[in-house]
Amino acid sequence: MIQGVQIDFLSAERLDRLTMMEKIRLILDDVRSGTIVVLEKGLAPEEQSRLIELTMLEIKPDGFSGIELETYPARGGNEGLGGFFSRLVGKKSESRLTVIGPANQLKTLKKDEDLISAWVSSR
Amino acid sequence: MSFLVRAKQKVSKFLKSFFSKKRSRIGIYGPPNAGKTTLANRIVRDWTGDAVGPVSEIPHETRRARRKEDITITGTNGSSVVIDIVDTPGVTTKIDYNEFLEYGLEKDEAVKRAREATEGVAEAMHWLRDDIDGVIYMLDSTLDPFLQVNIMMIGIIESRKLPVVIVANKIDLPDAAPQRIRSAFPQHPVISISGMEGDNVEELYEKMTEMFG
Repeated sequence: MIQGVQIDFLSAERLDRLTMMEKIRLILDDVRSGTIVVLEKGLAPEEQSRLIELTMLEIKPDGFSGIELETYPARGGNEGLGGFFSRLVGKKSESRLTVIGPANQLKTLKKDEDLISAWVSSR
Repeated sequence: MSFLVRAKQKVSKFLKSFFSKKRSRIGIYGPPNAGKTTLANRIVRDWTGDAVGPVSEIPHETRRARRKEDITITGTNGSSVVIDIVDTPGVTTKIDYNEFLEYGLEKDEAVKRAREATEGVAEAMHWLRDDIDGVIYMLDSTLDPFLQVNIMMIGIIESRKLPVVIVANKIDLPDAAPQRIRSAFPQHPVISISGMEGDNVEELYEKMTEMFG
């Protein structure tokens, strides 16, 4: 039998069709089954907050131990003068590609402005 | 006579409630072991003589949010703010009980700690959406501030338009680099302190009266 890790790439269009809870449920169900999820567009702050809350409620001893999550820094959003200027002119920061996986299988090795380097193990 | 006394008391109570300052609920958030409970204890001890909870080296010593009400903080210029301080569990996206075994805990105790910590973080996230008026976001200045959980939390706090003071803690340690935290979050005030030693806490109190008043 072939062993490996499934990776689901979810387009922004597909996620935009879902409600917040449908989106979080889809991500958590995938991740709990050992799948790495790559979102073309990141989650909104409210969705991130709910994702952390629901993840915590689903952690079980000797079972699901949570998620590892990485995203690029928001473009012109949170940091530096660009961020300040964006807020000044009312421009919303753009959420970017996000990688989410089971904490016991996915480990971020390196992250910067344009690179997320991750190590994935099969169970 | 008693009628006059009662009337005076009622008027006094009415005026007091009318002119009394709004009480803000301030949450101390941040990753595990950033020094949140140490700071909460210092604030409460400095202004009420009491304490909030125990601290330890083991992550997630604080598993349930603890609240201390009605603390009046006064800055050097005389301005003051009345707050309820809420000490929260360290925010994370993963908790594995095996991590606690390395600190010498028995398995049962480690599992219990993990379960309580997950419930506590979920509760703290829920409160951040519904129950908090301002945030002190604590970071250990000896560590990398660019962790995803910190970026996410600051984004969540900003999206709720909550006033936030970022605290770069543990400046008494040799590896402390509070400048990294200032560079990471230039859009927010950053106060460098040692919660343990009490260095610069006066500056923090000053900023709290300014931001949360």
